[in-house]
Amino acid sequence: MSFEVGAPLPEQQLRVTRADLVRYAGASGDRNPIHWSDRVARSVGLPGVIAHGMFTMALAARAVDTWAGEPGQIRELGCKFTKPVVVPDDDEGTTVTVNGTVAEVTDDQVRITLDVRCAGEKVLGMPKAVLARG
Amino acid sequence: MAVDPSLAGRTFPATPPYQVTGERIAEFAAATGSTYEGGPAPATFPIVVAFAAMTSLMEDPSVGIELHHVVHGEQRFRYTRPVVAGDELSATLTVDSLRQLGGADIIGTRSEIVDAAGQPVCTAYATLVHKEEQP
Repeated sequence: MSFEVGAPLPEQQLRVTRADLVRYAGASGDRNPIHWSDRVARSVGLPGVIAHGMFTMALAARAVDTWAGEPGQIRELGCKFTKPVVVPDDDEGTTVTVNGTVAEVTDDQVRITLDVRCAGEKVLGMPKAVLARG
Repeated sequence: MAVDPSLAGRTFPATPPYQVTGERIAEFAAATGSTYEGGPAPATFPIVVAFAAMTSLMEDPSVGIELHHVVHGEQRFRYTRPVVAGDELSATLTVDSLRQLGGADIIGTRSEIVDAAGQPVCTAYATLVHKEEQP
């Protein structure tokens, strides 16, 4: 993909189910029960099981890899975790929508500002990525 | 209970070496909806090693963090190179900053992740928000 400053990147809609969270807990080592037990999640004031912040960040990175055309091009990645992604206990789960805009293109890198939402609300604060420009 | 104010500037021992295998990368990729066919690991994969370093910090009794009061506030990665299968990684965590905000400790951490030769792979910056128990 060629990158042009100000150009919007194709929107990506990524599904999240409880099964994904259980797999992620195992793969990442983060076994905090708020990511798999409604009982524990509610006991700390959450509406129900929420995705790991790092899971949502991984989805954002996946979207950036898709725009880059291949993995391994990301030089920097960052975000704040501002709002939880609540994942219902059904087959549909929820959907995270990732949009991006090219903020800067230099000789050797491309800076992208992201917009990551669930149910219309931003779930990551100031998400951004820097790609190597091949 | 607030965390120990002398925590700022402290560096913790390196985590034990973590063997990156194709299977581990494939599991991580599958969990986040990607596929792995060799080559670079997903960008957030180094969190596995950084998380181990953060856990040692949070479980250190001298630090005074209560694990279930910690929220991950912010995460940043700066990569020297992508992680690949065959890497043996370890992370050394330093507490870069510590401040109080509205009854919470805001702990800025930096984990330098290196390979078996000690060469840099990635720096993972995490902000941990430690909320004090309400009386």
